[in-house]
Amino acid sequence: MAFILKPFIGTNMERRKFIRNTALGTVALPGIFNGFGITAHGENSDLGKLYTSTVPTDHVLVIVQMSGGNDGLNTVIPLDQYSNYFNARSNIAIAQNKVLALTGTLATGLHPSLTGLRDMYSNGDLCIVQSAGYPSPNFSHFRATDIWMTASNSNEYLTTGFLGRYLNGEYPGFPTGYPNAAMPDPLGIQFGSATSLLTLGPSIQNGYTISDPNSFINNADGGEDVILPGTPANDKLIYVREISKQTQAYYTVVKNAYNMPGNANMVTYPTGSSLSNQLKIVARLINGGLKTKIYVVTTGGFDTHSGQVNTNDTSTGAHANLMANLGNSIKAFHDDLKLMGKDNRVLGMTFSEFGRRVKSNASVGTDHGYGAPMFVFGTPATGGILGANPVLPAVATVGDNLPMVNDFRNIYWSIMKRWLCQDNPSLMEVMVRSYTELDVCSNTDCNPGGRLTNAEQNLVSNYPNPVIGITTVEFETDGGNTMLQLVTHNGEVLETILENEYPRAKKITVPVDMGKYKPGLYYLRYENGSKRQMKAVIKN
Amino acid sequence: MDRKDFLEKLMPKSLKERKEARRVLDEDTPGLAPFNITSGVAPYTGGWTDEEVIHLLKRLCFGAPREEVEILKTMTYAQAVDSLLNTLNTPSALGNPVKIYSTNTTDTPANDPDWAVPVGGTWVNANTSSGTVNYYRRESLRAWWFSTLVNQPKSIEEKMILFWSTHFAIEFDIVDNARYCHNYLKLLRQYAMGNFKDFTKAITLNPAMLVYLNGYQNTKSAPDENYARELQELFTLGKGPGSQYTESDVQAAARVLTGYQVNSNTVTSFFTASRHDTNAKVFSAFFNNATIHRPLAADGPLELDDLLTMIFNTNEVAMYICRRLYRFFVYGNISTDVETNVITPLANTFRTNNYNIKPVLEQLFKSEHFFDVLQYGAMIKSGVDFTVGLVRECKINLPPQSNPQLRHRHINYLTASFLSGQEQMLGDPPNVSGWAAYYQEPVFDKSWITTDTFPKRQALINTLINSGYSNGGFKMEVNVVEFAKRMSNPADPNVLIQDFNKYLLRRTLSQTLRDNIKRDILLTGQITDSYWTDAWNAYIQAPAVLNNYTVVNNRLKTLAAYFLSKLEEYQLM
Repeated sequence: MAFILKPFIGTNMERRKFIRNTALGTVALPGIFNGFGITAHGENSDLGKLYTSTVPTDHVLVIVQMSGGNDGLNTVIPLDQYSNYFNARSNIAIAQNKVLALTGTLATGLHPSLTGLRDMYSNGDLCIVQSAGYPSPNFSHFRATDIWMTASNSNEYLTTGFLGRYLNGEYPGFPTGYPNAAMPDPLGIQFGSATSLLTLGPSIQNGYTISDPNSFINNADGGEDVILPGTPANDKLIYVREISKQTQAYYTVVKNAYNMPGNANMVTYPTGSSLSNQLKIVARLINGGLKTKIYVVTTGGFDTHSGQVNTNDTSTGAHANLMANLGNSIKAFHDDLKLMGKDNRVLGMTFSEFGRRVKSNASVGTDHGYGAPMFVFGTPATGGILGANPVLPAVATVGDNLPMVNDFRNIYWSIMKRWLCQDNPSLMEVMVRSYTELDVCSNTDCNPGGRLTNAEQNLVSNYPNPVIGITTVEFETDGGNTMLQLVTHNGEVLETILENEYPRAKKITVPVDMGKYKPGLYYLRYENGSKRQMKAVIKN
Repeated sequence: MDRKDFLEKLMPKSLKERKEARRVLDEDTPGLAPFNITSGVAPYTGGWTDEEVIHLLKRLCFGAPREEVEILKTMTYAQAVDSLLNTLNTPSALGNPVKIYSTNTTDTPANDPDWAVPVGGTWVNANTSSGTVNYYRRESLRAWWFSTLVNQPKSIEEKMILFWSTHFAIEFDIVDNARYCHNYLKLLRQYAMGNFKDFTKAITLNPAMLVYLNGYQNTKSAPDENYARELQELFTLGKGPGSQYTESDVQAAARVLTGYQVNSNTVTSFFTASRHDTNAKVFSAFFNNATIHRPLAADGPLELDDLLTMIFNTNEVAMYICRRLYRFFVYGNISTDVETNVITPLANTFRTNNYNIKPVLEQLFKSEHFFDVLQYGAMIKSGVDFTVGLVRECKINLPPQSNPQLRHRHINYLTASFLSGQEQMLGDPPNVSGWAAYYQEPVFDKSWITTDTFPKRQALINTLINSGYSNGGFKMEVNVVEFAKRMSNPADPNVLIQDFNKYLLRRTLSQTLRDNIKRDILLTGQITDSYWTDAWNAYIQAPAVLNNYTVVNNRLKTLAAYFLSKLEEYQLM
């Protein structure tokens, strides 16, 4: 049954904002403290500062939309089923010896033109998400695109994009009161004449559009249509456009960021590539200091019903060009960000509205199908392959599709949680329902929302509590830098109990002598990677 | 201090500041390039296609809904102009402004006639002494006026009424009596295309005008020159080079106009002979040193006829009024060529037709000059043009007349909230000069678009397209799918974009831009036209299937927002 679901944008989000902005009343004030007159700590209190020192996150998400439905099976190739693969699509199959091998696996390879992505994979900067999709897939470009943009179920019609919901939660009330000191820049930037459903919020489009990258680079305004000069209508139109520019709150900040002295792309991007042109601008806008959270770039031509390869060499042709453009553009972008020193801030993700059939057609192409890989890329990406190769039929028939390995909403969910630091209530707003968290990217440096989540996990325990003398503290580090401090309720550090670099996950037990402190409320402050927790300790 | 100055002092600071800000902007705006359109008032001989029809409709009416374009296209251009000039709104279609408020205010006496007016009934025949009631009645009057604009037949009438409301300008808020204001609007309608000399006499004696410009306080012992000045400076002669009336003419005219008062029960004016100045009034050389003198006080009203005859005997009245009409309907700047080739012959027509307005309009709107291709899109839409045009072109739904309070709340969103933000509240121009866009050189209609008004126009569009305006369980919105259905061939993405372009913008977008719009919006990045055609046909065949509807609705929303909000061309008409 089809139904329209309208998320309750606003209420929960405002509640969340309230928590972030006011109390960090955090520490979830366990019941045992009732009656102790514990005050909540706003951002102005020292404890508040302790919590908010990394707020807000400066993380950026770059979405690469591959429009048309990418042939996933020729993108990420299941070498362990090569004969089934070849038999299903012998007229377009990539020769086995041309498939790019991936470090550490013999089962999976990449299209020969994806050398850029192969190199990123080798460096641990690429997460290959196998055969992403959703149940009951739709093969209409339009409907499928809407599903990917709104993160809806197949039979559910959402009117807002998942990024629009995210931005609406982060910046409630936009555009009223924006730009402001905390967010002087566009919330999201996208390219193309259309504002995307991706960033459409409940009542307002949250994205700022750069219509034409070429015009933008040439310092002209994008997307303006030329007009015959010297007519009265021309005079009026120029006037309205001038006012329009003045009122585009972000027009100047975007231009200024792009043209900031010393701001330049550090690598050579592929030429003649619209995708590269867009990513070049994105890199410079990030480097130019924009606080913009979301960039959406698009590249088209993936609707390869016919002639997707050159028959004399299937590693060349239309799809190979698309792959080269995709891989080389993303690699250049990644290298650029590294040289700019901004790669730690930027996570990328590709998607296409669907994949294509297992079996090729007679016109040396593939028809609309199901399941195509996504790429999560960048320094924060968790290198590797997410999921096993989809299993191919021994004898493929026309209607055969790749089985879904990953629900794409799991990837969105994970990125929203790990990278954009959405806490659970916010995740429910953004994603409508809960999905599975997967290790697609690092989850370090999240904001207090993320830490609140940690608080629920009870990372640190101690006994006895309340304590008169020595209390024993237990925690399990994930490895890496680990710190335990004892702080007052005002956030003043009394002592650093432990600060070590652990090579691997390890359970730690450490005694803390509270005997020398006067009775009152204290906190154990624990940090390990993205995990942080304050554990209250009562000294009697 | 006269009443108006006094009220100006009371004006909220922010409003003053807004006006000041706009004045500064005006001064910073570079002047117009000297466009020279040399065509004159000879009858138009060119083609009669969508382009010309849409130009005629957008200028003479509010917006050009496709259905109206199609009807006018079946006529000749001359028939079409005649039709627009001769079609009138009917009293039954107009109805009356109705009570949309409750009389439960503390300043309404128990015997106030307003108590007897039921909600939904008209208040125009019930006097009231309550300021609060008058406030709500003015809101009701504006909403009713807005309804008449939205429901206009294919006629110039409503646009002429708006013209007269900026020419013979009053401010409802200052007149502060809704029945007077309603009476004033009736007068504008009565003479909208009638005889201008008779109109001028009637407006002189109109209760709202007598109150607005202090005519009712003008007595032989204490002459008030306010109306006498505006009668010459703004209403009949103007301040062009051909107008050379003097200060003493203002004073003499004020004495002619002494003795009129207003009856608030009957909403009529009357002449009180004892208040009239019976001395001789001597005028300047501009009026050939004429003397107006009717020694009998009871003959005072004849002096008004003498005064108007004297004024209308000058050449300048016809020139001035034709310039005002030209600036309102055609273009702000009047070049020497236009003065010679258009204004002068129109003024001759005006005079030879004894100041009947319709022959002037007919000559202007059937002229080569009006249909000169350089005129297309050469005006910036006023707030009213923008709003009423949007409602009509996009057939934005309003609550039914049968629920006047709900209807009022929705119209109020467009008027009190939006039009006032566009600095063009119906019935409340900034002062007696009317809206600056219709007279202020060199900016003219550019003054409608500011860094304040423009984003509000975009925001209104985005609200009406994306979420709609909901109030009282009713949602007012642009139904983009219904809009597309009204186009010639919505299944073909190329034709659909052409139609959006044709009916919404006055300039043909480049093929490149149209292709980009098609690819990025209707085809979702694809290049195959049939994807849209299939989606549209699927919707038409099974409109109740949510999937079919959502697919086309999502794309059409983006398309409509692009044309109405993103493209600055939509601001032109």
